[in-house]
Amino acid sequence: MVGHTTARFGALTDAPATFLLAGVRVVDPANGSDAVRDLAIVDGRIAESRDLPDDIRRLDGQGLVVAPGFCDLHTHLREPGMEGAETVASGARAAAHGGFTAVCAMPNTDPALDEVARVAWVTTLGRDASARVRVTAAATQGRAGEALADFGDLAAGGAVAFSDDGAALPTARIARSALEAIGPLGLPLIEHPEDPTLASGTLMRAGPVATRLGLAGWPPSAELLVVQRDIALAEETGGRLHLTHLSTAAALDAVRRAKDRGVRVTCDVTPHHLSMSDAWVAGDRTFNWDEPGPTESEPFGEALDPLRAYDGTCRVNPPLPCREDALALIRGVADGTVDAIATDHAPHPPERTLVEFAEAAPGMIGLETALSLGLAAVEAGCLSLAGLLAAMSTRPAALIGEERSLRPGAEADLVVFDPADRWRVERDWLASLSTNTPLMGMTIPGVVRLTLANGRVTFDEGMGLLV
Amino acid sequence: MSAVGLAAETWTRRHLLDVDQLSRSELEATLDLAAALRERRRAGDLGEAMRRLAGHTLGLAFYEASTRTRVSFELAARELGATVVDLSVAGSSAAKGESLVDTMRTLERTGVRTVVLRHPAAGAPYLVARTTGLRVLNAGDGAHAHPTQALLDALTLRDALGGTLRGRSIAIVGDVAHSRVARSNLHTLTRLGARVVLGGPPAWVAAFQHWPGVNVAASLHDALRGADAVMTLRVQLERAAGGGIGSLREYTRRWGLDEERMSWARARAPLLHPGPTNEGIELTAELAASERSLIGRQVSNGVAVRMAVLSLLAD
Repeated sequence: MVGHTTARFGALTDAPATFLLAGVRVVDPANGSDAVRDLAIVDGRIAESRDLPDDIRRLDGQGLVVAPGFCDLHTHLREPGMEGAETVASGARAAAHGGFTAVCAMPNTDPALDEVARVAWVTTLGRDASARVRVTAAATQGRAGEALADFGDLAAGGAVAFSDDGAALPTARIARSALEAIGPLGLPLIEHPEDPTLASGTLMRAGPVATRLGLAGWPPSAELLVVQRDIALAEETGGRLHLTHLSTAAALDAVRRAKDRGVRVTCDVTPHHLSMSDAWVAGDRTFNWDEPGPTESEPFGEALDPLRAYDGTCRVNPPLPCREDALALIRGVADGTVDAIATDHAPHPPERTLVEFAEAAPGMIGLETALSLGLAAVEAGCLSLAGLLAAMSTRPAALIGEERSLRPGAEADLVVFDPADRWRVERDWLASLSTNTPLMGMTIPGVVRLTLANGRVTFDEGMGLLV
Repeated sequence: MSAVGLAAETWTRRHLLDVDQLSRSELEATLDLAAALRERRRAGDLGEAMRRLAGHTLGLAFYEASTRTRVSFELAARELGATVVDLSVAGSSAAKGESLVDTMRTLERTGVRTVVLRHPAAGAPYLVARTTGLRVLNAGDGAHAHPTQALLDALTLRDALGGTLRGRSIAIVGDVAHSRVARSNLHTLTRLGARVVLGGPPAWVAAFQHWPGVNVAASLHDALRGADAVMTLRVQLERAAGGGIGSLREYTRRWGLDEERMSWARARAPLLHPGPTNEGIELTAELAASERSLIGRQVSNGVAVRMAVLSLLAD
């Protein structure tokens, strides 16, 4: 394992980079290529090897992988309003550490990002950050679910999508109005599909583990009902619908069928819903592609682990799924039904998570561990490396109108990582201000060595480009 | 007495979070010790046990109302020589919004070494166990566990059923889904070799059908048929509305216990209830006061069981 003391962060406003990475595995989902070769960057752009300056700095890329920079469709940067948990600057550093070059900031801040000035303010904060900060604006004024936000103004002001994330639009009528209104803009309505009449008061996925733990169970119908409703509304209005953090096989099937009919619907899943199961709430810490842990094997048998059971960092909306659903989601990533892996990076300070499970703020950080969880799935043979990287880079980027390519002439927007190296998730390793993830203390594969956004080095782990 | 001894081996564990931590033999040994302490206490001859917790300070932290559990823990700790402090939650910093972890850390700094915690949130004792140096005794956490209640129920049942639960059939009727008592009882009863049959409306019992050693009955008659003992649970009145049943009247008509319905169980099958009872709802007042009823015995066994647990926890 490499030490983290060498990590350095750069900014989008730094000077463009020039270097050559020799003998690196270049995976570019944009053209389906995967080959070990040299990759050169000159003045922030991918260069042909014949056009290089004689004194170009050569870095050893042996054993490393380079891929287009990751794009996160679902990030909570917490600014304004909850700067103790995260800021635009710290969240962008966490993004760069995780190989992300762009993040879409969710608007459930305080106040909500429902006006052009607020969108512009967050965008301004991101101008010299370590990742491009794009903004998803609120779908309704104050995220109150009553009056639509001014979609046209917000789009002109830079919003890339609209969402009242944290909740679905509360009624079919307002959801229909929103899809109808955004139709001409071509931007997606991002829905958090959850029926509050079924979900409220629940704490984890319904099933044997919830029964064992005495925690009120969340039924999969809570997700499916809103997914079906919104698909019907998208089909009827022609509006673009993006369903975020799907956690059930049933909802994914509904999306698959809608896509087959030509509905304008896309979806994402989070790394934690792919990798972790409801048994994590009871203290299990095995990934869904590994052998089941003690509680999952015998939900009513073994004693709970006193150090891990009821860990507030395992509380998340939607709740961690059963293994069968998680494996269906992984197959959805592999077959393309799932358009993107999005982190739902949700930082919370310790006082919101070191509490009774029922009091814990839902959500976990994810920007810095997403690649690692994906690589663990690749190591287990559940996903191809190219499939994982496409779901983290080119495919989500396309949904917000960004291009990703490693072809000569393109602006360098990429991540370099060591898939064989491993790291231990610890406070000192995380750029996020928060540490709320059940992965703390665990060792996971994949160390990001270099991230370039807009042709600038935004993260450097021991490559020596930032000193 | 020497067969058991009052200076029984202590457990290697410091906490009692749920009975799922205890093996069958540990469960049996705990009940044996409780029975021995019960006899010694009745005789006014606790001997060495009176100093078992001498110099030890135990805190009672009840974030929910309780009579039986609180009083019996306090008495048990005093019998063993402990100093007991009562964190009256309503008058403490917790009432000002102090977090559970902060309150417990404060308690620890004052010299309290063991906390008896009753809390409305499932898992709260696990949080305290991993964030403080306190020994934690779970006195009931949300709908999750109530280990000392399950132990006193097991002792009461063992006494009533001829010294063993092996091969016995125990019916549990009522709102199992929201019951910490029922969950802990499922662990102890199945570990001690009993079969458990659950009866109640589907929303209250159906989720337990895959628990090994547990069956879910479709009717009260099916639940009670062949039962060696019957336990009914408190209908939590605040939870009944919208919680999977229609009216209380409907519940009582289909699942309420009376002398006549008890005849579906084995002859003289005893009746248990963790209390407090809602007479006229889950059971009739006549049944609660009848010869079958072990409700009073459950309460009196509570002190002995809690003395046993306090004696067994490692320092």
